[in-house]
Parts: sequence; C-alpha cells; structure tokens
Amino acid sequence: MGKFSKQGKREMPQLNTSSLPDLIFTLLFFFMITTTMREVTLKVEFQVPSGTELEKLEKKSLVTFVYVGKPMEEFRKVMGSESRIQLNDQFAEVAEIQDYITQERASMREEDQPFMTVSLKIDEHTKMGIVTDIKQALRQAYALKINYSATRKGPGAQ
Amino acid sequence: MAKGNRKVPDINSSSTADIAFLLLIFFLITTSMDTDSGLARQLPPPPEPDQEEQDIDIKERNILIVLLNAQNQLMVGGELLDITQLNERAKEFIQNPQDKATLPEKTEIEVPYFGKVVTTANHVISLMNDRGTSYQAYIDVQNELVRAYNELRDDIALSKWHVRYEELNEDQKSAIREIYPQRISEAEPRNYGGKK
Repeated sequence: MGKFSKQGKREMPQLNTSSLPDLIFTLLFFFMITTTMREVTLKVEFQVPSGTELEKLEKKSLVTFVYVGKPMEEFRKVMGSESRIQLNDQFAEVAEIQDYITQERASMREEDQPFMTVSLKIDEHTKMGIVTDIKQALRQAYALKINYSATRKGPGAQ
Repeated sequence: MAKGNRKVPDINSSSTADIAFLLLIFFLITTSMDTDSGLARQLPPPPEPDQEEQDIDIKERNILIVLLNAQNQLMVGGELLDITQLNERAKEFIQNPQDKATLPEKTEIEVPYFGKVVTTANHVISLMNDRGTSYQAYIDVQNELVRAYNELRDDIALSKWHVRYEELNEDQKSAIREIYPQRISEAEPRNYGGKK
C-alpha cells in the first residue's frame, strides 16, 4: 500500500503555457485575413432579397455600395418611413448618386477604375420606382457593372 | 571581474499572450464574415444627348417581352404566367428547339471547340417593370432568367465535356457564351417602345 500512503505536500504541476501565444496568434492571423472593416454605419434597414443564381462579389476594394431601405427607428421622425438612399454615412437623393460615383471612382487607382462594381443593397420590399431611378443615375455616371445584392435561397425553396 | 559563463537573462514572455489576445479581440469585433453575393448585371451605357430616339430594328419573333406590373403579376410574350413557369418558357425561347416561326430565328455561327453551331444569336429578352413593382419580384424574375441561361450552359457543357459550366476554363466558357449569349435588356422606364 506504499503507493497510497505517500506523505507530504503534493504539488500540482504547472501547466506549460508557453505555446499559448502561438495558439492565439494563429487565431489572430485567421481573423486578420478574413476581416473586412465595416466602413459605414447603416442608417437604413434592409433585408436583401433571395435568389439562387448568385455570384460572389470579389475584390472588396473595387466595390461601391448603395443602400436603400427604410430609415432606422431613430431617423423616422425626420426622414419619414419611405424608402431612402444611403451613400456613405448619410441619406442622399437620387441626384447625388452621380457625384458620389464620380468621387468614389476618383479615389480608386486608375487601372482599377474600369472594374468598378456598384453593389446595390436594396430592401426586398422597396418599390421598383426608386430602383429604376438609381439605375438611370448609375448609367449616367457610367457605373455599368452592378450587382443586386441577395442572399442564397435555401434548397427546395422555389 | 565577472567570470565567464554569464547567462543571458530570459525575456519574460508571459504577456505576449495578453497582447495577442487584445489584438484578437479587436479583430473579432470588427470582423464581418458575410461574403457578399448577388446577381451581377451589366447596364447599357447612357444614350448620347444628341442621339435621336431611334427604334432599333429587332424582328418581333426575336423579342420575348417580360412584363411585371405593380401587382407583381407576370406577363411573358402576351400571356399571364406564374413565376415557376418562366424558366421553361425562357429556355424554349432561347433554344427554339422545334424551329418554330414564332420563336427567334436561327443563325449558323462558327464557334471554337464546337465548329458550326445553329443558335438564336439575335434573341433579346426584354424585361419591363412598373414603378410599383416590388424589388423581390423583380429579382425573382431576373433570377429565373439567369437560371434558364445557366441551365442551358450547364447542359451543353455536360454533353460536351462532362463537367459543369462553372468548372470549364476561360476559353471553353467563352465558346459556350457565344452559343448562349445572355441577352437580357432592361428597358428604360415608361419607354415601352422596343428599345434595346
């Protein structure tokens, strides 16, 4: 029984944590690579429509976003609850889109400018009238590559 | 005089983990993992200001008019359709398998890999909508039309190379795109003329 009658202080061995930083760094690099900073604070609510034939939007630096939807709760008093356009951090009118696109294009590198894509994040309940206006404005601004942002529809759903 | 054998003191690295944690938490918070996806489309360039309004001459049989009204009802080529039927209807229009006189005329073109192919190269699907149409209905229609094209392209890719269109290389893809060019025209609002 000598095995069990050992006397004296038994010390808990120290856990070796020297590899912990490495673990954390691995995680860190993962998030650093996959991260895209959120550039704007959204002022409109939108739920993009769903579809099946979607293409991934690549090269985030070439993409300009246009948001359309109902203003958030806190802006309703001023802006009403009609669908509004948001460019960057503020509400905008259709007439301002052309300037916005020109400005965004100017901030890109010259060789990237032909590949500029405009992603339209539009709420599914929006009426087409405002969408058509935006499309016309984009045509005038020669931003012809557009992407109707949508979520993938689950399989089986028609 | 100190004798040799001086040890370099270890740098205490117990706080590296803390620093890394701090950075990790920062990126965790700022990250948004959602990959953006959507329907890619190409808009036509704006009309020249001095350009006269001219109707581009397209034979009637080559146009499929898809109308979407404010009640989200769909009319395709003069008849009321359900959205689920649109895919079949569009495919029939693009292919014209029986060479009907009411569907697009066929022309013979030379395509790499395939040789001479008879296609409906001049067909146009014209999509028109009301200002009151809901965006979801519009996207549904766009989606069905794109699906019709994708399925046709997949079919021909499978029969020729036994792989799906997505997996082909760029040359093969462009050959197939020549056979089934995506020709969806979005008419200008209220201009219900047959503008391309």
